[in-house]
Parts: sequence; structure tokens; C-alpha cells
Amino acid sequence: MKNFLISLIIVLIPTKTLSLIEVDITRGNLDPLPVAVSPLSIDEESRKNFQNILKKKNIGSEISIIVENNLRTSGLFNPLNKDAFLQAPDIANLKPRFEDWNLIKAQALITGKVSYVEEKLRVEFRLWDILAGKEMMALAFTTVPSNWRRVGHIITDKVYERLTGEQGYFDTRIIYVAEEGPKTQRVKKLAIMDQDGANNKFLTLGNELVLTPRFNPTSQMVTYLSYFRNLPRVYLLDIETGTQEVVGDFPGMTFAPRFSPNGKKIIMSFAKDGNSEIYTMDLENRIVEKITNHPSIDTSPSYSPDGKLISFNSDRSGYQQIYVMKSDGSNVKRISFGKGIYGTPVWSPRGDLIAFTKLHKGKFYIGVMRTDGSGERLLTENYYQEAPSWSPNGRVLIFYRETKTDSRGKGFSAKLWSIDLTGYNERLVPTPTDGSDPSWSSLLSN
Amino acid sequence: MSEGAIMKFNKILKNTFLVLVACFALSACATQKVSTGQMQGDVYTGTDTVEYLASGVPDRVFFATNESVLTTASRETLRKQAAWLRKNSNITIVLEGHADERGTREYNLALGERRANAAKDYLMTYGISSDRISVLSYGKERPVDSGSNPLAWSKNRRSVSVKAN
Repeated sequence: MKNFLISLIIVLIPTKTLSLIEVDITRGNLDPLPVAVSPLSIDEESRKNFQNILKKKNIGSEISIIVENNLRTSGLFNPLNKDAFLQAPDIANLKPRFEDWNLIKAQALITGKVSYVEEKLRVEFRLWDILAGKEMMALAFTTVPSNWRRVGHIITDKVYERLTGEQGYFDTRIIYVAEEGPKTQRVKKLAIMDQDGANNKFLTLGNELVLTPRFNPTSQMVTYLSYFRNLPRVYLLDIETGTQEVVGDFPGMTFAPRFSPNGKKIIMSFAKDGNSEIYTMDLENRIVEKITNHPSIDTSPSYSPDGKLISFNSDRSGYQQIYVMKSDGSNVKRISFGKGIYGTPVWSPRGDLIAFTKLHKGKFYIGVMRTDGSGERLLTENYYQEAPSWSPNGRVLIFYRETKTDSRGKGFSAKLWSIDLTGYNERLVPTPTDGSDPSWSSLLSN
Repeated sequence: MSEGAIMKFNKILKNTFLVLVACFALSACATQKVSTGQMQGDVYTGTDTVEYLASGVPDRVFFATNESVLTTASRETLRKQAAWLRKNSNITIVLEGHADERGTREYNLALGERRANAAKDYLMTYGISSDRISVLSYGKERPVDSGSNPLAWSKNRRSVSVKAN
């Protein structure tokens, strides 16, 4: 865990200005805010020190590139070309010449400074409102140099928060299933990476089939399905220590695991004699509870953020539909009534929406509906896609998409994609191999 | 647009509509149950992928989309398997249940389990003890045909009896 702590966040100047620039993220943003990300300035001695440690020529520029990429992929900001910048980074950080930045049509400016202090990386940065000619925010923090990419993500989170009024989602990671090989004999491994695709790391070797990893919202634990020894069971993995354990002692397949919002329970399906029911297991006292009781398939459970309700997938009406019940299994209500079949309900971390996969007339959709089933909105249509997972601020969904193969079975791929809740800003999330079953972590710095 | 032109336009629209309706009716007919020699309805009836536990004892049965109901042909196959298992009383089997790629991963895991259990239940009614049969669902993870077409999917919706010892 030590690695993930960012020590010491000092607020240099409390935000005193009134809300200046504001970015509305509730609608599709077709006019992203022009923002200038000045490279973080760095003194020569610090530059050399970091070059030695991190093998990066100028860590100030590298961090600013991360901020720039994050802002661009959010779809809300348009980072301007650095070639047009007139003011040097160190001077801009002291006091920007607002006229110069106005000239290149920047509405916001990010400046900052990196220095090497007692073997640590110290960064300070400022956000400026160009039109108002005012500083909006100034922050500084210190961390171990190897965390330099996270520094870029944290800066983006702070800027995003200040400009949109919502929590960011950049200092986060994605756990997913990395896939390779022919479709009939896919080799699958657990993999983890930063939200922007950097620092990809495989967590299993591919000796056994692994599926559906999901983050604990409160720690760096993961639950997933493994076919270890050909016994498909839900496992728990500590991604810091690498220790794994089977969840519970079930005489059959357990699958579709997720954590409860407080991270203390796992909710999953257990299949026996052709019937899948939903169970929970308390990770502290190991008490197992059966939640559903119905001869149909009950699976893909997902808690509401307050832990009081559970959405799940059942074919008790004859086809797959989405249901909501109380966390003790009572008061089961079907909520999906549109045309087609529905699966993989996932409760938004904001509590107001449920994301789902829908199959209708041979097409797969990722969509959202309110928790009573009203207001269904389809965000994206494709040949095959499923398994949405929410960004921790509930503004972006990541999911996977598979391509159709030709008559000889060629042309198959599985890739991760993300899309805004607005239905705009659909993007391929880069992975070194094919990927599926993504799960988004909580903010690491919280 | 003049009055006359609008009338004419409406007439064209009406005709187009009729043509569309006709097309729809035809295509609806085309998707009715057909026997292509390889599929009955959407259940696979061919032998391309079938292997044999012993001479004349096919190893797998096939299912309709989203279904775990055994067809007449499936029951016949399973009766042959049961007869063979009764003769070879030391053999244990794993029933591997599978789904096609047109469903969500988690639901398909449950569906594969349901299909394999349908086969297991049938074998048990023909006198095979449940401790000789274990069940393993692969959902859509192990297709036998990697095509993205109805015939490939029909081959993949299956329960396969595999010798475990």
C-alpha cells in the first residue's frame, strides 16, 4: 500500500475566487473548453536528479503531457498546441501575462513547478482563469519520484473538480481480462493498468481461465472467477501482496462476484442442479446468506451505493430482465420493460442510474435507466458489447466490445471502450493485448 | 410543392409502404423454422463437430437459443450414452455445458450449467448414478466453431459428455 500513498497535500492558497469558468458535464459537450497546459517548470539540478532516477529527460514536460492527454480524453477540454505558447513555463507560473494566453484563445491555464526535495518529487501547480485574469486554485504536494504519472493524474483530478464541480476519475486503475489466441482456445489473464492504459501489468499467467474481475470500492482487493483445477469458483485477490483465496466453500460453480459498497461482503451467484441463485458472503465472519430463491437463473447482482438494494439479472419472466430487490432478498420488482432482453445491471456510484447491456434484434446496446426502470437511454449500439463498469464519479462507462468473425472464424477481436454518460466521447481504451470484462477502481488518492 | 404534386408524393409513399410491408412479410416467412439439413429450427442437427464416446455413442447434444430443453434427438443420444455408461460402470463423466456468443458472459455461465444439468437429469432417469456425473459450465468461453453466424452458434449451444477417467 505504501506505494499508493501520496504524502502531504498542502493547500497553498485556499480557493477564494467565486466560480469563474464552469464546465457543464451533464450534457454532451460539443464545444470543449480551450485550455493551455504549460509544461511544469523545473530547475536544472532537479531535472538532472529525476533524469537519473526516472530516465526521463524532463519530468516537468512528461507530467504536463499526462495532464493534457487526460483532459483531452475527457472530451470536456481542448488542450492547445504548446508551439503557440508565448510565455516561458517558469514565468507563467509566477504570474501569467493573461493577454498572451487570451491571444491564443485559451480560457484556462495550468502552470506549475517540479522540484527534487530530499529524494522526493515536489510539485506545485496553479489553475488560472484567463478571461477573468485570476488564479482559481493552487496546490502543492510531495511524493516518491516513481509516482510521477500519478502526479499528472492528481493534477487533472483537481483541475477537473475545480472546473466541473464534480469529483475526478483520473487517478484510478482498470482491472480487466487480457486475452490472446484463437477464439476456440482463448488464453485469459488478469491484468491491471492505469486508467490511461499506462503501467499495464499481468496478474496471472494464463494457465487457467479467469473472468469478471471487480475492484473492492474501498481497497486494492479484487474478486474474480477462476477455473483453477477446472473448478469455477469466486476468488479474492490482494493485488498488493498477490495472495489469493477461494470465497466460501460451495459444492458447485460460484460466479458473477461483486463487492458490497463497504467492501465487507461479496455478492455472487452459486449454480447447483441447473439453478443459479444469488448469495452473499461476509468476508469478516464468513457467514453465507442465500438472497434469492427462485427456480430461474438469478445472476449479475450489483448493490446500490447505500447497500440497501440489489439489482440483478433473472430470466424468471421467460427472458433475461433486470430486477431490483431489498438487500435481504425481499420485495423483488422487475424494472426493465423495453423491447429486447437485458443483462449486467450495474448500479451507478451516484445511486441514480443503473447501467445495463441490452440485446434487441441482433444488436447489443450499452444503456442506462433510472433505478425504477424509467428513462431508459441507449448510449451505444454494436455487434457485440457488454459489461459496463462505472468511473468512480459516475460520469463515464467502460465496457468491452467484440467484433464479428467471417465464415472461417477470422477477424475476431475484443477491446475495451469507454463512453460518457451523455452518449458522447466514445473511445477505444488502449491495451497491449485484446481485453474484456473491465472494472474501474475508486480514486486511489482518496 | 403544388397540391397535385403532394397528392402524387403521397401516392408514391403509399406504394412504397405497401412494398415494404410485402418485403417484411416475406422475410418473416424466411425466418420461420427451416430445416437446412444442418439445423432444425435453430438446433444443430449436423454431425461436423460430434465426437464419439464409443462406436455409435455421440458425445454431445444441442440446444435452441436460450433454451435448455432436450430435443427428441438429444434424448436419443443421451439414452445411448446411458446404455454405454451402464455397460462401463467404472467410467465417470463430466458434462460440459456451453452457450453461444450472443449473450452476456455471466448469464451464459448459468445457462451452460442449466444445459449440462438437463443432460445429467436425463442420464439419471436412465439409471446413471449422480456421483458418476459432474457438471462444468464454460458459458461462451469455449466455442467449437469460431464463426459469427447462426450455424456456428447452433454448434456451440451444446452439452458435451467427456470421460473423466
